[in-house]
Amino acid sequence: MAQSFRMKPPMGEDNGWWWQEAAAGRLAIQRCTQCQTLRHPPRPACGECHSFAWDHVTASGRGTLCSFTILHHPQFPGFDYPLIIILVDLEEGTRFTSQLINCAAEDVAFDMAVEMVMHEDPDGFRLPMFQPAKGAAA
Amino acid sequence: MSHALKDKAAIAGIGLTEFSKKSGVSELSLAAQATLAACEDAGLPPSEIDGFVSYTLDSTDEIELARTVGANDLKLFTKVNYGGGAAVGTILHAVMAVATGVADNVICYRAMNGRSGQRMGQGISGQIVSSDLVHWSWYMPYGMLTPGSWIAMIANKYMHRYGVTSEDLGRVAISQRNYAQSNPRSFFYGKPLTMEDYLASKMIAEPLRLYDFCQETDGGCAILVTSAERARDLKQKPAVIRGVVQASTRGQEQMTSYYREELDSLPEMELAARLVYEQSGLGPDDINAACLYDAFTSEIIMQLESFGFCGRGEGVDMVRDGALDIDGRLPNNTHGGLLSEAYIHGMNSIAEGARLVRGTSTSQPEGVEHVLVSSGVGVPTGALILGRD
Repeated sequence: MAQSFRMKPPMGEDNGWWWQEAAAGRLAIQRCTQCQTLRHPPRPACGECHSFAWDHVTASGRGTLCSFTILHHPQFPGFDYPLIIILVDLEEGTRFTSQLINCAAEDVAFDMAVEMVMHEDPDGFRLPMFQPAKGAAA
Repeated sequence: MSHALKDKAAIAGIGLTEFSKKSGVSELSLAAQATLAACEDAGLPPSEIDGFVSYTLDSTDEIELARTVGANDLKLFTKVNYGGGAAVGTILHAVMAVATGVADNVICYRAMNGRSGQRMGQGISGQIVSSDLVHWSWYMPYGMLTPGSWIAMIANKYMHRYGVTSEDLGRVAISQRNYAQSNPRSFFYGKPLTMEDYLASKMIAEPLRLYDFCQETDGGCAILVTSAERARDLKQKPAVIRGVVQASTRGQEQMTSYYREELDSLPEMELAARLVYEQSGLGPDDINAACLYDAFTSEIIMQLESFGFCGRGEGVDMVRDGALDIDGRLPNNTHGGLLSEAYIHGMNSIAEGARLVRGTSTSQPEGVEHVLVSSGVGVPTGALILGRD
């Protein structure tokens, strides 16, 4: 298996399941099974009703760009710069931090429509990234 | 209950080491130098120190420092979490101890080889699982590995919403750099900054350029807190603590509170403002100068709004009006701040707050009665108001 530069998340009880979903190609959103509130990042209990019972839904992968930053420096091995990091408001209502790909730095804009693509590293590690939504204005 | 702390304690001494990029000594040595300097400044023997408070990120344990400076019985030793968010929180813990009789003379300290040793934001590694590491892991795999990358996301949203430009950030950087020209301790002493220099500086994490970032510094700073009564008998004019609070709000993360509905304000700083004004019985109109935490220039503009010096979205107007300059409405970071003096995690800004109250800043505005000092931005934070006795 190829070496990867990417810092891997520690896989604990509260977050490991989410990465297993990503490994299976899905962008998961945790859901409280008592009050149905969606939450991200995952936590062991619901901040609304305090239930520890949860499952998850699979996000459609569609969303709009809430904010972004374009990273130039320092440059870490393995990442392509300028590196576009985004906050996506998913259509389900939660927000997700990710990377925007297949988009030139000068074309990034607030409120642009984006869609999820599952990225896979040479070592097989998968994580959700986003690209401009097909059919959306460039 | 919080009013029980008002005017009970004072900063009686401040101590600093030399600021450099390579101290050549241990962080314990820096902490000890700063502590002894604070005691000397106050005219209080180190043997009378009975409490030490620092940051969880500080490598020097309280008892190591106590042994090194020859302190005796300790009745308080504690560390405050969340990076620079700890800054005035250390003062709060000292004041609570002094006001309740738990301890009499407390040293708050932060000493770091912040450039030559462990640098900030170097990330995580290893197989340890903790809630904090899980938190960072939502960002690190994407290459968000530095404080600048985390803050830029909020800065960009805020600037987009309110029409804040790169030149506006530059105005903040230049205002503080101007103060540094009067302060020989400052890293940028003798090195003024023009708007041209600012705009030409390297883009780091859009919209933040090199000169939007604070320093990395080797150095230490200690603040001696004692009762207001005792402070009056010591060498320096007391900087009386009118109010001091910690504040964290719903949805709080360290640096990445991205999941709140609004991203263009600082809820935890607004809470700190409300609490510190309540405790002190003062309001924005009573504040004559400030040391607002400035790991990044954008944070200054946002805090002007958090602390009620103007309305939402109006911080930039204050900056354009020169409010932060020595003859402005709110002279800010008159030592040069973390941007231009040194980055001792905000402790050096508490020292400047005390100087402003004493009337001994290297850029001393006229008629300073009350000074506001804040802790780190984008993390659980706090606020402090110092007043003339």
